[in-house]
Amino acid sequence: MDVIDRRLNPTGKSLPNRQRFLRRARKVIREAVREASADRSIRETGEGGVIVIPTGGIDEPRFRLGAKGSHERVLPGNREFVEGDRLPRPQGGGLGEGEGPGAGRGGGGEDDFQIALSASEFLDFFLEDLELPDLERRKLSKTETAGMRRVGFTTTGSPMNLAVTRTMRNALSRRIALRRPKFDEISVAESALEEAGDPEARSRLDTELAALKQRSRAIPYIDPIDLRFRRLEPAPRPIAQAVVFCLMDVSGSMSQHMKDIAKRFFMLLYVFLTKRYKHVEVVFIRHTDEAKEVDEDTFFHSRETGGTRVSTALSEMLRIVEDRYPRADWNIYVAQASDGDNEPGDNAMAAALMQERIMPISQYVAYLEVDEPHRHGMARSSLWRTYESLKSPAPAMRRVTSRQEIYPVFRELFKRRLAESEPA
Amino acid sequence: MSDLLYQGGDWSYDTIQRVYAEVEKIAVGELGLEVYPNRIEVITSEQMLDAYASSGLPIFYGHWSFGKRFATHEQIYRKGWSNLAYEIVINSNPCISYIMEGNSATMQTLVIAHAAFGHNHFFRNNQIFKEWTDAAGILDYLEYAKGYVARCEERHGEAAVERVLDAAHALMDQGVHRSPKRRHDLKSEQAKWRERRRYAEASYNELWRTLPHAKKRERPALAEIETKFNLPEENLLYFIEKFAPRLKPWQREIIRIVRLMGQYFYPQRQTKVMNEGAATFTHYAVMNRLHEKGLIDDGAYLEFLTSHTNVVSQPTFEEKHYSGINPYSLGFAMMRDIERICLAPTAEDRDWFPDIAGRNDAMGVMRQIWADYRDESFISQYLSPRLIREFRMFRLVDDPAEADLRVDAIHDERGYRRVRRALAREYDLSRIDPAIEVVGVDFEGDRRLIVHHNVVEGRQLSAAACAKVVQHMANLWGYEVVLKEIDGSGDCIKEFSGEPEPA
Repeated sequence: MDVIDRRLNPTGKSLPNRQRFLRRARKVIREAVREASADRSIRETGEGGVIVIPTGGIDEPRFRLGAKGSHERVLPGNREFVEGDRLPRPQGGGLGEGEGPGAGRGGGGEDDFQIALSASEFLDFFLEDLELPDLERRKLSKTETAGMRRVGFTTTGSPMNLAVTRTMRNALSRRIALRRPKFDEISVAESALEEAGDPEARSRLDTELAALKQRSRAIPYIDPIDLRFRRLEPAPRPIAQAVVFCLMDVSGSMSQHMKDIAKRFFMLLYVFLTKRYKHVEVVFIRHTDEAKEVDEDTFFHSRETGGTRVSTALSEMLRIVEDRYPRADWNIYVAQASDGDNEPGDNAMAAALMQERIMPISQYVAYLEVDEPHRHGMARSSLWRTYESLKSPAPAMRRVTSRQEIYPVFRELFKRRLAESEPA
Repeated sequence: MSDLLYQGGDWSYDTIQRVYAEVEKIAVGELGLEVYPNRIEVITSEQMLDAYASSGLPIFYGHWSFGKRFATHEQIYRKGWSNLAYEIVINSNPCISYIMEGNSATMQTLVIAHAAFGHNHFFRNNQIFKEWTDAAGILDYLEYAKGYVARCEERHGEAAVERVLDAAHALMDQGVHRSPKRRHDLKSEQAKWRERRRYAEASYNELWRTLPHAKKRERPALAEIETKFNLPEENLLYFIEKFAPRLKPWQREIIRIVRLMGQYFYPQRQTKVMNEGAATFTHYAVMNRLHEKGLIDDGAYLEFLTSHTNVVSQPTFEEKHYSGINPYSLGFAMMRDIERICLAPTAEDRDWFPDIAGRNDAMGVMRQIWADYRDESFISQYLSPRLIREFRMFRLVDDPAEADLRVDAIHDERGYRRVRRALAREYDLSRIDPAIEVVGVDFEGDRRLIVHHNVVEGRQLSAAACAKVVQHMANLWGYEVVLKEIDGSGDCIKEFSGEPEPA
């Protein structure tokens, strides 16, 4: 009998089959992921979780007998029945194993199927038809900082970069090639010399030992010729972190509905960036006629009264960038949501800040004008007209009045930018 | 108390070795079991889930349905709806038992007795397993199958392979030979058919064929086609593998792999009650002996009893978690009952089981039964009136012609035989699986394949699934496939048909 410990065997044997399954169920899962993500907060969007999909398309049909016809069953636990008793037929059919839900034998039933997705699988599905990969690659080439990269070995360098293994290997092969006596050989010769009594043998051994020692001295253990150093080469390194500034107007004119639309937009942006960067931070700045950094909950749920001065939010953002997010280390994304009702005197200021300070340091700036559904197609707001007049690069702008529009708008914003400012 | 094999729940490899040696003494020495060499492998819960997904087999070819199964089990397990099995045992030589690392020492002892000896003995000695499975070759075959499917995927693309596998899986239940004799016949029939073909080709003479007469060429008589293809053929996968006109060799080989896997599992479907009964009986006997010999302490014994009682519990039909008759419960009760009949029979037992009642060699009788029967024949032969009373079984009939369900028989003198026969029939796979067979091929015309489902007692196929399976069948066959449901009087009640979809 053998006992074998398999616990250390590689796990995840089912992973390839899981991927096959996800590929097969792609369409239904994508739908389910969209639905599931509607009720999540921004930071939760990127997490995995259980989703429920209908079995259509992933069922495994077999020939099964249906519920029709006569059936019989032997059951345990009779209490009061005697032969010939009649029982009313239970709701939903008799004893047959049927096509209805709960058939439980694979095939027939259209029960929903539950599957737990990991965070990355969830995002894959969530972003699937966004068609953003092109954009990502282009962005990657731009978002770089200088760094060093290991490339092979060199014979010169600073002691810090000494490649010990490589050096010792060279030394060893040189010692073998030049037949440097090993330590044992010398000690064997020494003890032989001590034990030898015969003077003639002694003198012979003495000469041999001297020769060995001479050779050992002549051929060093490590020679400068053996030294190897790790060679480093400057190489661009993509910045692996990003910060999203969510700017929102919270003055009295912004209704909960408008905030909700904005939230969804921020959410998409966040998810998109999490997928792209190792580390994503979100900064929430809300403003009326003065701006303030707040946490997510306050951002979406508390109301303020006051006028609207967009420039305050922009300068608050710049201040935070200066404080905490040096350009060399962070990719900066800005998403601004507002009803566009800016104080007329502030427009010039906002335009200047946007054009001269924010656009140059940001990867991407999106301005989302939100409004009530019934006001669809109304005249453009003052802030819209202001941003519209900016020279390229200008913020990407969209006007949204209902929740359903968010997704297409998000997609279009990114696509459009591709076409306009970064022709392939 | 230094005799104890272990104390508390912890175990080490050394414990397993000692436990195994003691269990072997009892199982082989006292119970007279005969087993394949054992291999015990310790695995984690995650690996157990992996094993679930591939029907317990250590190696299996890739297919999305296994990913689906994994997701289902994982979900059930993570939500705590059910525990994982304590073990999985494979019908192979050497016999591999997977045991979970999380089991306590007592559970490991129980599992070794249950799987490594109980199931192992059953696999090795039961007639059906001997006849239909090749324990020595299965692991190599799995390795081969996995490699073959993977190579096909490389060469022909995953989609093409998936198409064949999907279709073959749909027909897996109709891919078994149910009686060994036919298989032999079929082979010689095939040889004959080839011989006829060879002769026809060799003696073909263009001179005899003139266009004006072409129309007069007679279609082969139905009888001739039937002998040619050995019709009717109930093994649909076999028929397709051998005769489907448009399949490529690699596609036939993949169908063959699926078919052989179905055949390998077929004995397990036929012996669920007996197999679990034998294994449960074995672990019960072994654990009791270990306790008697002072090798496990009272705490361990109680732990065993708790777990054993859970395993063999049988909820009554009214209880919420009733889900059919528990094979562990019925199997164990029947084995114990047979032991009792051998050792201390009542007058009733002598009446019902004259051949075994009072024969003192209970283990000998049991080993003989384990070797010769499958669930259906076992129950119809050995379910005793006493057990029917104990389980308080009754037979309920659902006849669509009547307004109500009718209690047809209960645990009384008049009912015993009817209950027993009815229960046995529930384990008859040829009744559970629909009777579907190939009855004809129009090889001279449009190559349409005609399949019949012989409807028994008005039980028709569930239509939605059936249409899909027929579609799969058409994809393999390459031409139209027609499935007719034929009732007792020979009339066609319903017809399904499918044309192959473009690949």
